[in-house]
Amino acid sequence: MSLIGLVAVVAALVAATVFGLVRRRRGGRLRVTDAAERVAAETLGSALGERATLVQFSSAFCRPCVATRHVLDAVAGTVPGVRHVEVDAESHLDLVRQLDVMSTPTTLLLDSRGRIRRRATGVPRREAVLAALAEVIE
Amino acid sequence: MYVDPRGPRFGAAVTTAVLAAVLITGSGWLLAAQALVFALGAFGGLRIAPYGLVFRLLVRPRIGPPDQMEFEAPPRFAQGVGFVFAAVGAAGYLGGVTALGVVATAGAFGAAFLNAAFDFCLGCEVHLRLSRLLGRPVIRYVTDNRRREAHA
Repeated sequence: MSLIGLVAVVAALVAATVFGLVRRRRGGRLRVTDAAERVAAETLGSALGERATLVQFSSAFCRPCVATRHVLDAVAGTVPGVRHVEVDAESHLDLVRQLDVMSTPTTLLLDSRGRIRRRATGVPRREAVLAALAEVIE
Repeated sequence: MYVDPRGPRFGAAVTTAVLAAVLITGSGWLLAAQALVFALGAFGGLRIAPYGLVFRLLVRPRIGPPDQMEFEAPPRFAQGVGFVFAAVGAAGYLGGVTALGVVATAGAFGAAFLNAAFDFCLGCEVHLRLSRLLGRPVIRYVTDNRRREAHA
C-alpha cells in the first residue's frame, strides 16, 4: 500500500473532474473573434460561401469531428449562401499554424468577405451556429 | 474498421480501475500487464483488445446492439498513448525510480478516467499538437514504417 500512490489517485481524480466539467461547459461554444484575420478561397483550396462559410478542421483520430460534420452539413443545407468546408488538419499544417488551430474539431465561421467572425472547439450546437450566422450575415 | 463505441468506453472504465490499483499497490508488474493490454489494442487492433473481448462476450449480449458504429482509429490512438505512459511508468516502478512510475501512471489514470466519465477524445487533443510540433502528421511515422517493412 503506497500513500503517495493514494494521494496521486485522489489528485488525478480531482484534476480530471474539474478539467472534464470545464471542457463540457465550454465545448462547442462559438466565441466572438476580433475579425482581424481573413481566409482567402485560395488558402482554403475551396470556394467561399456567398454569404458565409463554415470551415471545419478535422483529423483521423477525432470522433467528435463526425458529429460536427453532421451539424454543419445540416446548417449549410438549410441556410442559403452558406458553405461547409472540411479541412484535414494534418495535411494542412501550415494553415493550422497560421490560424492557430490546436485541436480538432475546430470550426471557424467566416463572413462573406472571408473574415473570421466566430471560432469554436468541440461540437457546436446547431441552434448556436444558426444564431451566429444570423448575426454575421449582412 | 468500425466498432461499437460503448466498447472502448467500457475498456476505459476497466483501465481506470486497474491503474488506480497500480497506484495504490505500487505494483510495477500490474502496470506492465496493463501496458501489454494497451499494446494489443494499439498495434493489434481493437478486435483483439482484451477489455474489448470482455465487453463483446459478457456486456454487449445483455445491452443489445448500439445506435451506431464508430470508426476504430480514435480509440486505437488513445490506446497507443496509454501504452507509452504505461511502459514509461512500468520502467520507473521496476527500475526503482518510483516517482517516474507514479507520475506516468497518474497521467494515464487521469486520461482513462476522462475517457470513461466524460467521453474525452484524447486523439483530438494530442494528435494535432504532436503533428504541429513534429512538422508532419504523426500517423505518417507509422504508415511509412509499414511501407518500409513491406519493401524489406
